[in-house]
Amino acid sequence: MKPPPFDYHAPSTTAEALDLLAKLEDAKVLAGGQSLIPLLNFRLASPAHLVDINGIAELEYVRERDGGVAIGAGARQSDVEDDKTVRRICPLLAEALGQVAHPVIRNRGTVCGSLAHADPAAELPAVLLAAGGEVVARSVHGERRITAQDFFKGVFDSALEADELLVEAWFPATTGPFALVEESRRHGDFALAGAARSGDRLALFGVAPTPVLADPTDPSHGLSPSGDLEATPAFRLHLVEVLVRRAFAS
Amino acid sequence: MIRVNGRERPDPTNVRLLLSDYLRHELGLTGTHVGCEHGVCGCCTVLLDGRPVRSCLMLAVQAGRHEVTTIEGLAGEGKLHPIQQAFHECHALQCGFCTPGFVLAVAGLLAKHRKPSDLEIDEGISGNLCRCTGYASIRRAVRRATELSK
Repeated sequence: MKPPPFDYHAPSTTAEALDLLAKLEDAKVLAGGQSLIPLLNFRLASPAHLVDINGIAELEYVRERDGGVAIGAGARQSDVEDDKTVRRICPLLAEALGQVAHPVIRNRGTVCGSLAHADPAAELPAVLLAAGGEVVARSVHGERRITAQDFFKGVFDSALEADELLVEAWFPATTGPFALVEESRRHGDFALAGAARSGDRLALFGVAPTPVLADPTDPSHGLSPSGDLEATPAFRLHLVEVLVRRAFAS
Repeated sequence: MIRVNGRERPDPTNVRLLLSDYLRHELGLTGTHVGCEHGVCGCCTVLLDGRPVRSCLMLAVQAGRHEVTTIEGLAGEGKLHPIQQAFHECHALQCGFCTPGFVLAVAGLLAKHRKPSDLEIDEGISGNLCRCTGYASIRRAVRRATELSK
């Protein structure tokens, strides 16, 4: 058995899921599982409870809202990528989704799950930040909206409270030129560095503990990316300059 | 109950069981191969409601409301599916370890794009690793499969 022991809960409504999150100590939400299940398999995560939201039909939606696109916590990345409303209103998101891992992973992974996971090298948090989007967090005590700028707190760390469920992500309409460019060792891997452009706004990923907004004319200002076996800090800064030039050349 | 290859099968004995391990250990469907067990190699790819997914990145209990198709269920007994036939004709396998995952990933690709471009083929098989035959013959097999599927 690869995953460590846990109690499994499969609510069929959002209200039921919120009750479980309010009641249970050390619970983790299981959405698409494309990051969480590997963490369990490696035993890097060992929550006492898993609250599986895959059976909550009311969270599986993509709809137009307030001039942008609202994406429910159950919407799969591949469905969002192919969604006509998303392609029309928020082509940056569709473009970015095409670069998230591989098609087979996107068949299962969710947009909201990727945001809640808050991997600093992932595409979608940077897209939410560049686009100026927000997430909707709900608990038994109510609902609050959190802007992308306030949401990402650190490596795998977000502003979500333990009893909150990220029920929806909202991406404003893409206006003006857009781009999602990244460099990785192998196609589909997490990026060594990447840039999301939405009009004049620029967000970088893979170069700080969270995605960061940057000035397109001086994108590496103030950055001190970490180094690892795949890239030195200096190489990451070089990639930032090259990628931002590409993002703003189109 | 879980529906696997068109048959109702008993629930997994433990909620911690991965879908890949359930298929292999509890149902004896050893055509689903297990390589990395963390979503990198693609060997354990199965179809969930017709769409390819990694069976090592799902709990078996999550398949309860769904239809699972493994390599054993792709073609009828004793027959080759057009994709399997194409892999055979194009020598798209050597040791065969990665093959079930590739065949099912390609099944998903061809369900979405009946005549995929070279880029779509590369994207479609990008999540599967092959360590012996190499990818050129696998690409050829995908193109051949589109002819055989007509």
